[in-house]
Amino acid sequence: MAAITLTIDDKQVSAEDSQSVLSIAQEQGIAIPTLCHLEGVYDVGACRLCLVEVAGVNKLLPACTTKATEGMVVRTDTERLRKYRKITLELLFAERNHVCAICVANGHCELQTMAYNQGMDHVRYDYCFPKWDMDLTHERFGMDHNRCILCARCVRACWHIEGAGTKNVAGRGARSHIITDMFQPWGEAESCTSCGKCVMACPTGALFERGSTTGEMQRDRTTLEFIVTAREKKQWIA
Amino acid sequence: MSPFQLKETMVTAIAEKRQKSVVASAQLVAADKRYKILQTTMKRHQLQADALIEVLHKAQELFGYLDTPQLKFVAQGLKLPPSRVYGVATFYHFFQLKPKGRHTCVVCMGTACYVKGADKVLAGIEEQAGVKAGETTPDNQVSVLTARCIGACGIAPAVVYDGTVTPRQGVPEARKQIKEWMSHGS
Amino acid sequence: MDLSELNQIKERELAARKKYTLRCCMAAGCMSSNAESVKEELEKAVTEAGLGQEVEVRGVGCMRLCCEGPLVQADPDGILFEQVDPDAAKSIIAALKGGKAKARLGNPQSPFFTQQKSIVLANSGIVDPERIESYIAADGYQALYHVLRELDPNEVVTEMVTSGLRGRGGAGFPVGLKWGTVAKSPGAKKYVVCNADEGDPGAFMDRSVLESDPHAILEGMAIAAFAVGADQGFIYARAEYPLAIDRLKKAIKQAKAKGLLGAGIFDSPFNFTVDIRIGAGAFVCGEETALMMSIEGRRGTPRPRPPFPAESGLWGCPTLINNVETLANVAPIIRNGGEWFAGIGTEKSKGTKVFALAGKIKNTGLIEVPMGTPLRTIVEEMGGGAPDGGTIKAVQTGGPSGGCIPAHSLDTPVDYESLGKLGSIMGSGGMIVMDQDTNMVDVARFFMEFCMDESCGKCIPCRAGTVQMHHLLDKIMDRKATARDLQKLEELCDMVKSTSLCGLGQTAPNPTLSTLRFFRNEYEERLQPDVFGPRGNGKPAKTKASA
Repeated sequence: MAAITLTIDDKQVSAEDSQSVLSIAQEQGIAIPTLCHLEGVYDVGACRLCLVEVAGVNKLLPACTTKATEGMVVRTDTERLRKYRKITLELLFAERNHVCAICVANGHCELQTMAYNQGMDHVRYDYCFPKWDMDLTHERFGMDHNRCILCARCVRACWHIEGAGTKNVAGRGARSHIITDMFQPWGEAESCTSCGKCVMACPTGALFERGSTTGEMQRDRTTLEFIVTAREKKQWIA
Repeated sequence: MSPFQLKETMVTAIAEKRQKSVVASAQLVAADKRYKILQTTMKRHQLQADALIEVLHKAQELFGYLDTPQLKFVAQGLKLPPSRVYGVATFYHFFQLKPKGRHTCVVCMGTACYVKGADKVLAGIEEQAGVKAGETTPDNQVSVLTARCIGACGIAPAVVYDGTVTPRQGVPEARKQIKEWMSHGS
Repeated sequence: MDLSELNQIKERELAARKKYTLRCCMAAGCMSSNAESVKEELEKAVTEAGLGQEVEVRGVGCMRLCCEGPLVQADPDGILFEQVDPDAAKSIIAALKGGKAKARLGNPQSPFFTQQKSIVLANSGIVDPERIESYIAADGYQALYHVLRELDPNEVVTEMVTSGLRGRGGAGFPVGLKWGTVAKSPGAKKYVVCNADEGDPGAFMDRSVLESDPHAILEGMAIAAFAVGADQGFIYARAEYPLAIDRLKKAIKQAKAKGLLGAGIFDSPFNFTVDIRIGAGAFVCGEETALMMSIEGRRGTPRPRPPFPAESGLWGCPTLINNVETLANVAPIIRNGGEWFAGIGTEKSKGTKVFALAGKIKNTGLIEVPMGTPLRTIVEEMGGGAPDGGTIKAVQTGGPSGGCIPAHSLDTPVDYESLGKLGSIMGSGGMIVMDQDTNMVDVARFFMEFCMDESCGKCIPCRAGTVQMHHLLDKIMDRKATARDLQKLEELCDMVKSTSLCGLGQTAPNPTLSTLRFFRNEYEERLQPDVFGPRGNGKPAKTKASA
């Protein structure tokens, strides 16, 4: 591991060469918006909100999966990026049925917060109004597909941290959806350990603890990070 | 319960679960020859997870479509989480999770066929069969499907009737074929 | 196997040639027009006429003029019979001896044939794809011998760099450079993958090459593997091409039996095995990272690059991925030298390109022309123009990732740069001709629907963006859109192009953008005046954003 220096938004910073642009920016207090990124699980670069401009590269690169290199010049907040981020959020809101006023995660939702921060005050596209079900068969948790943004954080938490592989993405394109086992009701999924990590991982109100009502679904994401760190550093072995 | 006892209980529970699925798979193999063939296919691939798509191809060839028991059997055999097997099976268009009709008719909707009127041929077939593309007639006689491009652009528009590529299809010919299939039923 | 054995097979095969050869096209196009029974009847007729010693009936690969199938060509005179009926078999045999054949005569001297230059398709329509001996007789596997016994891997890469060959899958990345990168990547295990997932609707070049000359692909792969240091190869083929898969399987089996695949090929320390992986109907799997996911038995979703497959590919090992046509060029380049190849084509685009000519054009089929050939030559001279007195309006290249070239730009030479300037791409080689009856908005919508259906759903711009763009195009088609909608469409095109994760999303707006560029009036004449509320969707403003 070698130390490198790079420039992010006109600020000279030093970092280790194995770090991603996103983690360096976060260390420096430079906020890059993210949705599919979750501390503790591997990155997939799917939400495209963390795209940044890198001098000399004609494509926009996702900050979460791009490794920093010596002398890199990164811009995280240009007019072009802001415009694209806003459109991305509009597309997400138009895709499924996000109704914040009656959502369990109202006030604690990453999508909602992101929309506030990016100044997305309305959606210019026609809403798709797809018909999606809710799964309330699990004794402790519920899933509302209408609020899912397919970030697959729950899938990765289930695989990478819990190792159960209960959740996965089925179908493709706009018909993609999160499943448990063989597309069974969650309550009947044999492989589920009811650990609740997927619920901790969810950025919106798609996964929630049963019994929570509007605005009550708060989660402590640092727990996931703590579990991963503890395992990697073998802190559990006395 | 001491941590040791807890671990014991967990191990037993997992072992029981595992045993149950192993027994279930063995029963399937004993009862249906097709499962035996499927098992042989998996063994030929050394039960490697990367053979999943190959194995699903074989399963579809044997059973005609992929139903939950087959998917579970494959998941058990390749030691994959069921959600992964289901996720893969639904990602690819080629895998059918519902049974097909006795006859299938695949209309090529590639660009060359499209500019030569494949949309009209499909509309004619849909009307004749009374179902939309991707569906099967209620009497289980005919499944109407579309393909992205079968690579027979030189003879567009092409329709595949029960596996036979037929060149230069017009609406009347296509309707006639569907009508014939549907009248042969019951 | 050594060189003398290889030459023995070749000589035996050549010595067995008879006075007359009837070559019957047995590629998918002709097969669907009953070519199999034509061949059977011809064989029967030969036996009945007692000409078994003089006439050979040989099943061969694609003879290119697909619209006139089934095709039969008689050597040594090269008489071409079109739309052959099985009943005409006897008369064709009689015609060899001066009789009159009851089949339509084709003209092998027409521009469709004479303007072609064959490198990739040199064996297509000549050799029997189901017999390795036939390929060996056409100098097959000589290049592999030369490479394994007389060159070192570096020299092979240098030869490819000299040739100037660029990837034929669409993007046109220099092949020599790619090989060099994989060769330099550290790792004990490396892979070579042949991308035969030809998903572009309206393209069938790769299918024809696989059906007509499968051994050329195997030889190309083996040479590539030697150059980069790989010992295992995969051919990722579409499930929609059963005939191609079948012939590949046969070819692999024959090559193994002859010791041309496996361990210690040509008594060298080089080992190479090839496996076929069959796709299952997902266009996105033509993207290299998605293709690798699919080979690993997973959902074919792409991942961000870098790391590129050349550094970290299949199971994390350095992997070389080349398309079918690219690999088919390899053996001829080694046999004739990189310099020879670099002498064909234009300054930046070397060699030839195979196109699948289809749509509203007289001669549909397969053509191979030198890079730089004007589109007009291809469409008007070779293709014979639009049928039934129609006029050509546009030519679509590059499938759902490409664009429409308007008739007034037909003098554009086909090479990577010129097509790029027109907002299209070379693509894998589909060329669809459109006439005056084609509605360009409908064409844009057709391709957008394709991309929407084929989007893997991983990244938002592609998953949700294509849905919205398709919806907007629908509205324009139905004359329900306003100028504001058109503006939204253009903005979305730019956004999806710039932010999508993989090539599918990044190029999905291309057909729309190129039709907007050249046929904007067709969009504008469908627009409605902006009468209702600020949303301009033709309906009074109703919902408000829930955020």
